[in-house]
Amino acid sequence: MKRIVLTLGLLLVLLAACAPVDLDPPIPVYDTGMDPEAWARVPAGTFYHGQEAELEEIPYDYEIMVTPVTVAQYVDFLNAALNDGTVLLEGEYAVAFYPGDPFHGKKHEIRIDPGNYLLVPLNDPASRFTFDGQRFAVKPGWENHPMTNVSWFGAWAYCGSYGWRLPTELEWEKAARGSEDDRPFPWGYEIARNNANFYASRDPFEDMSSYGSLTTPVGFYNGRAYGGYQTLDSASPYGLYDMAGNVWQWIGDVQPQEGFSDRLMHGGSRNTYDMDLRIWVRNSAPPMYYGPAVGFRCVR
Amino acid sequence: MEFLKARFNYLFNSTKGLILVAIAMIAMVTAVWGMLSGPMAEMGVREVVIKTLGMDIVQSEREGRIIILYHSIAMAVVAIEVYMITGLLAMREFYKKAVRVLITVGYMMAMIFGMGFAYFGHNWAFHGLYITGLALIFFAGVLLCVALWPWNREYYITDTNYARTKKGVDLERVAFFTTAVTTVLSALFGAVPGSYFGNGFEVFLAENIIRLPEKTTMEYSVIGHLHIMLALIAIMITLVIGRWLNFKGAWHKAAMPLMILGCIVLNLGVWGVVTPLEPVAHMIIYVGATPSMLAALFLLIWSWGKLIKDGTAGIAKPTFLQKLGALVRDPLKFGPTWQMLFMNFTTSGVGIFMAVRLDEIFRMWPAREERIELTGHWHALSAIIATIILFYYGDMIGLKGKVRQLYGWAIIFLSDLALGAVTVFEMKRLFIEEAVQQPLVNTLMYMIDIGLGLLLVLLAIVMVWRLTDLFKKKGRWTEEAAHELAEEVSK
Repeated sequence: MKRIVLTLGLLLVLLAACAPVDLDPPIPVYDTGMDPEAWARVPAGTFYHGQEAELEEIPYDYEIMVTPVTVAQYVDFLNAALNDGTVLLEGEYAVAFYPGDPFHGKKHEIRIDPGNYLLVPLNDPASRFTFDGQRFAVKPGWENHPMTNVSWFGAWAYCGSYGWRLPTELEWEKAARGSEDDRPFPWGYEIARNNANFYASRDPFEDMSSYGSLTTPVGFYNGRAYGGYQTLDSASPYGLYDMAGNVWQWIGDVQPQEGFSDRLMHGGSRNTYDMDLRIWVRNSAPPMYYGPAVGFRCVR
Repeated sequence: MEFLKARFNYLFNSTKGLILVAIAMIAMVTAVWGMLSGPMAEMGVREVVIKTLGMDIVQSEREGRIIILYHSIAMAVVAIEVYMITGLLAMREFYKKAVRVLITVGYMMAMIFGMGFAYFGHNWAFHGLYITGLALIFFAGVLLCVALWPWNREYYITDTNYARTKKGVDLERVAFFTTAVTTVLSALFGAVPGSYFGNGFEVFLAENIIRLPEKTTMEYSVIGHLHIMLALIAIMITLVIGRWLNFKGAWHKAAMPLMILGCIVLNLGVWGVVTPLEPVAHMIIYVGATPSMLAALFLLIWSWGKLIKDGTAGIAKPTFLQKLGALVRDPLKFGPTWQMLFMNFTTSGVGIFMAVRLDEIFRMWPAREERIELTGHWHALSAIIATIILFYYGDMIGLKGKVRQLYGWAIIFLSDLALGAVTVFEMKRLFIEEAVQQPLVNTLMYMIDIGLGLLLVLLAIVMVWRLTDLFKKKGRWTEEAAHELAEEVSK
């Protein structure tokens, strides 16, 4: 009898691994009060760069988006770009022209010649937008969430279409850290669960027993309470939100090292432990990669 | 006073006592520091442990802390292997004592002061004592090489059942010697960049720079060091298990030259990463790994054959099931080689598959996925080495009957459950998208937590038993103090 119970128990545990996941679960809709069109100014000057906090200088002012690009903003771009022909449809993907990377023939280097490259998949169920063959639309409730399932080419094309660009690694780090100290997180030296959206951070958009950790609306961690969930104001010294957690953010640097064809990402995500939310932590992927925990913001 | 003196003598003057102390130290570190990451962190246990123990956790120093933690545990594992070697192989008493004193003081200093420095504020005296501990272990290694010198006529063998040269040089001893010498040299291979980066107070984990096409010589040296040290610890435990089981015969004669050759070539390949040979270093490493793994396979074939032969001795024509029954009758003797075989699933298989399909599959994913695979497969190898030590330890403390069965099979099932799940977790992106992974991840985490958790509980039970035994006047410890491992080698 005991053996049967044990075997059945084991089978149940194994079957639980195959449970289907609702990719569009009902989610709460919150107005965070944040303006996704807002920009923050980062003045020229020195700041502490990297884990070892080496002094670096950026000799020019620049502006960076206060929050990551939202699904609504990206869908507007896609529809406009589809109309003017800068975005094309090729099979399962929306694509656009990219002028290519220098190629050095190094080991593991990916050749990226001039040509059309995918921006977003058209019918990936994990995307927060739909495409009916004519127009893109935001799935209800996800308007103010960060755009995900977007490749580096997709992020590059978005910023470029408005005359902006993706931040360099140094620009991103300075915007996250400020210029006064060597803090590991945009808001300071320690991290609490209600500072940011990371793995098992217990926010209202998380159910670890089924779909896991989803994105939170941009600027969610601004000190407000949402249906009893109290957030901490987690702005960076320059007033940026979501510079740690929620989504990894594509960095603009092309070949920061000769033969390195990956594109860098910073900030950690809803799906990583808090250690990956430290400002200097790098992730990277080929520029055609897209995933449900990767987004971006632009600079100008 | 006599009470304390007798126990102290057992714990620090006998092979089994020294091994017990080292296992207990590792168990304590694993139990406490295991609560700082993974599911324990998710459940909030980490914060409680940090506050209760007064740890000083600075975010930017995480990588440095981890490096000291790995070294602290690894030094104790190396010490256990050294105790086993010095207990199994003939050597002059002076060397045996000197090596043991140096390595015991060394690993304890490295562990206590290293962890004190890393996790409880930066007392630089502690850092100095940590380095002193590592240096003592290095000197112990040098002395061990001297003690193992195989071309001393005292250690020549005449028994033709064992691998030997025409003159009688014991090739198994040569294999031990080769592994010890290359281990000492490879320790230097890490010590040099360790000093370089340590002096500049810079730190990095190898898995975080793996995709950068250009690495400095010092970075290559660190990457080479961590790979080769783990490989050498694995080779040494294979030799130790072979000696314990009294590996001999044709398979032994074939295995030992392969072990020596493999060990040398493997090391040359790894050291080659800091030379102009770097572009072909990996090929040399593969060439070296092949004979080493073949030698381990020969040990497996021989030991399984022996287990079956011994277990079916009274049966004229044993059936397949009878042979299988004989093979698995003693989990402590079946376990080590089974784990070596299982290692091909968790470590070698994963490593080879990744190497073969790196550009087509793995480099198409985010670097973080690759990091999980890299760290996962060598954590699995480390854990497998630990379980092999525990099998041998279970035998040397005289576990018998049902307790022996329970202990042995629990280690096999629990570790394989956990490490199998770790391997699936590492490779999950092959068969599941990130957006729908949570149920699978949850199940795998349960398997890992249950496997490793219960394994630690089992170890805790053994440790509590050994502790209570020490309070008995004529406890198990009195017998252990009187016996050396060489006397207990299988017939």
